[in-house]
Amino acid sequence: MTPDLPEDQLVDLLRRMLVIRRFEESLIKLAGDFDIGHFHVYIGQESTGVPALAQLQEGDLAFTTHRNHGHLLARGTDPAAMVAEILGKATGTNNGKGGTLHIASPEHGFPTTSAVTGGCTPLATGAAFAFSRRKVDRVSVCLFGDGALEEGSYHESINIAALEALPVIYLCENNSLEALGQKANEYPSSTMAAAPLTDLAASFKVPTITVDGTDTGAVHGAMAEAIDRARSGGGPTFVEALTVRWPGNRPLWPQLATGVTDLTYAWDEGAIPQDHSKWHGAQDGVLRYTRELVTAGLVTTGDVLALDGEVSTQIEDAVQFALDSPYPDPESAFEGVYA
Amino acid sequence: MEDTREMLYAEALVGALRHQLATDDRVHIMGLYFLGLTPHRQMVAELRDEYLDRFYYPPIAELGYVGTAIGAAMAGLRPIVDIATASFMFEAFPQIINEAANTYYMSGGRTAVPMIFHFNHGVRGGGAAQHSHSPQAMLWNTPGLEIMAPSTPRDVKGLVKTAAASDNPTAWVDHVRLFDTSGPVPDDEDFAIPFGVADIKRAGSDVTLFASSWLVQRALEAAELLEQQGIDAEVVDPRTLSPLDEEAIIESVAKTGRLVVVDECHRRCGVGAEIMAVVTENAFGDLRAAPIRVTTADVPVPFSPPLEEHIEPTTDKIVAAALEVTGH
Amino acid sequence: MTAELRFIDAIHAGLQASLAADDAVVVIGEDVTYGGPFGATKGLADEFGRHRVRDTPISEATVMGMVTGAALTGLRPVVEVMFVDFITLAMDQLVNHAAKLHFMSGGQLRVPLTVRVQGGVRGRFGAHHSQSLESWFTHTPGLKVVAPAFPGDAKPLLAAAIANDNPVVYLEHRGLYWDKGPLHDDPVDGAVVRRPGTDVTVVSYSKMVHSALAAADRLADSGVEAEVIDLRWLAPLDTATVLESVAKTGRAVVAHEAVARGGLGAELAATIQREVFTELVAPVERVGAAFAPVAAAAALEDAFLPGVDEIERAAGSLMAFGPPPP
Repeated sequence: MTPDLPEDQLVDLLRRMLVIRRFEESLIKLAGDFDIGHFHVYIGQESTGVPALAQLQEGDLAFTTHRNHGHLLARGTDPAAMVAEILGKATGTNNGKGGTLHIASPEHGFPTTSAVTGGCTPLATGAAFAFSRRKVDRVSVCLFGDGALEEGSYHESINIAALEALPVIYLCENNSLEALGQKANEYPSSTMAAAPLTDLAASFKVPTITVDGTDTGAVHGAMAEAIDRARSGGGPTFVEALTVRWPGNRPLWPQLATGVTDLTYAWDEGAIPQDHSKWHGAQDGVLRYTRELVTAGLVTTGDVLALDGEVSTQIEDAVQFALDSPYPDPESAFEGVYA
Repeated sequence: MEDTREMLYAEALVGALRHQLATDDRVHIMGLYFLGLTPHRQMVAELRDEYLDRFYYPPIAELGYVGTAIGAAMAGLRPIVDIATASFMFEAFPQIINEAANTYYMSGGRTAVPMIFHFNHGVRGGGAAQHSHSPQAMLWNTPGLEIMAPSTPRDVKGLVKTAAASDNPTAWVDHVRLFDTSGPVPDDEDFAIPFGVADIKRAGSDVTLFASSWLVQRALEAAELLEQQGIDAEVVDPRTLSPLDEEAIIESVAKTGRLVVVDECHRRCGVGAEIMAVVTENAFGDLRAAPIRVTTADVPVPFSPPLEEHIEPTTDKIVAAALEVTGH
Repeated sequence: MTAELRFIDAIHAGLQASLAADDAVVVIGEDVTYGGPFGATKGLADEFGRHRVRDTPISEATVMGMVTGAALTGLRPVVEVMFVDFITLAMDQLVNHAAKLHFMSGGQLRVPLTVRVQGGVRGRFGAHHSQSLESWFTHTPGLKVVAPAFPGDAKPLLAAAIANDNPVVYLEHRGLYWDKGPLHDDPVDGAVVRRPGTDVTVVSYSKMVHSALAAADRLADSGVEAEVIDLRWLAPLDTATVLESVAKTGRAVVAHEAVARGGLGAELAATIQREVFTELVAPVERVGAAFAPVAAAAALEDAFLPGVDEIERAAGSLMAFGPPPP
């Protein structure tokens, strides 16, 4: 379903999803030509991150993980500065000090990215602690995958958040649905005895919501409820968003397993190829949201293609900007250790 | 002459915390064991009662609450977090080492982590292997942390002031054996000791005794005993390990030509090793005898009092080392 | 001698041999049945069964405690920590428990545990995946630490670690994984002189040994004969081999990839300064990483990483101090 929002905002959500999709696809293509190191893509989770984070306000903070690109882009971080950072250029968000794993954009509410599993949970809790102590109307969002629940830091953090009724939302993006993991010698998947995962919040008396992460409207609604609770002093919420593991995320290094996304699949069922038909037909949240907007008559197929064209150009320009950017002065490696 | 008042280290410590709470509403305190389980802890309890909404008493979750303090520092507070016994710090290492120390650099200077981690290190008497750690050498190996190690009531006041004003994460290396020591403390509310400036706690010409934190007191005691034997020892207290005032140490060794490094860390790869290396690199030609380290031995800290005393850097061992290095 | 194998294969062969030789040996870690991120454990689960090659959740602290408990009660676990940076999560169990239990129990307990961990700078992983934390482990009484530099040493050192009744941290530099060399099973005790020389001693370990050897080649071109020592064991430290060499050359450079401040180089400098004071003709030079976290960008990573140039320069600077005393 589509979120209960004015039409321009609904289209803006689509635009943000496309920015992420085209960004990540470009990165995978770029990795074929350049050694850009190990990285993780957000393909298949755009319909979670975009509606979830679109509702944050200026001053709200979010703490993400190694799979951070989508989150930063969802809040408007400049894709050109992000590609530049990933390529290790001086014009990158962190001037080349961080790379893909540590992209920071405080002006968009991302103070840092921790690449240690579970590292973000105390930090997000701490930001909420600061908001609570400063008595400011701000919320903090902790973004993590199901694997982070295996770390002790999560359990210590949510306990503190619950005890102090902190304005924090733990958004667990469970992207392990249909992941074959080790059974197929693929990128491993999480190992957790608790089921459902929401039990791991309920035991701390934290309210929980489970949503289909490919359902933009459902995610929007769940986060609206959680953010409202946080802002009104009701304390933390645990949201579990379920998404199917994108086939391209299955190997250790992402591959364009389902090809470059063809948005016509959203309205032309006959065009969907046999390979990965389930992905294109039902599991890809971006296609699903596009389909919903077109079906509801909120956008035309022409609008979608035009928007996609704009976004694709923006990303192409971003990549070109990054490629054309200089590398940092090696001596800068020794600068900026202390504030 | 500055106006001073004689007070206990514990009083100066609590006074420094009170001053920060009173003058900066971004300062929030997590944890209550700044003064350990000593009777002085009552002063911390009183401070909490004065500033109830600025204290937070966390669950037994070092990883969670220290990380919470780090996140809070990124979001506008200037937390002072107490980890109590230094050995518990290992629980919080992922957050201290990976997040607090790295974030400013890693973010390209976009996010600072202005906060203080307080902990009581070292042999405290009966702490045994899991309550007697001196983790400063490990912290020192981690770029991005500032490390302060006050040794007197005066220094704790001045260093806390600087740490609280700093935009960097500062590890506050403290020692329960200091709490009952006393000394003059400046009345001036704005009294601050800059980081990276060592203090010559006692001037001398025959041998340099380098020591930090509680061991400064033992080094001073050793210097008195040495004086009775006609040896004039200089006691150099770095006050902060990071940044380190290398110049002051080198200058002292240039003068005395003889060095005893006193350090409560375990010997191998301890703070003492680094000081020896720095002196070797920079004052090689000035050394007139092989320098000596007096450190905690490379064994876990044992419980039994005579065993504990046998492995820690005592005043007697400092004296013996100074005699050896001066050829007596 | 056998055929030339890659470093990573030597580790695999070492694990395979230990699993085959002793039923008490188990391999535990994140994704080890899958082979781990670099394939060190590939196929072992199929060969020895999943009861002996076990995956764990992403729970480093608990897993380190679990293997310590298992080691106390009859197993000889080999735990893999995916990146040395993640050992920060397990420090309490490693330092406060595994390292101390033998001593603390008055010798009643033993912890025959091997902690395999890879680290170092390679591949632009940034500040959370590139550290060299060995001085934390060498600083901790109760831990033993090994850091092989060659495939040939990797297997016997792993066997020695697993056979040891103490917790041993086995450090792997991922930049060495694809190096090839002949394998052997001869015991690897203490340090080894990789290249004899008379003018200056270069002490190193792990990947930096290769930089030291390359620097020695360059120094030889300018008439300086460097003696290169590969420590192999970082704890206990074979100071006798180091001191014997420095007593002969009168000059020492200690080189490692870890941050210089508080690193193992400081310990060696302190020991050399103390023990062969009268033989030293020049100050001990340290080559180590700058006092900064590891940046991700290639240009910055390269600047951070000390190597052949720095070792050559350090050794060269010591030659200015004149000949050793007769």
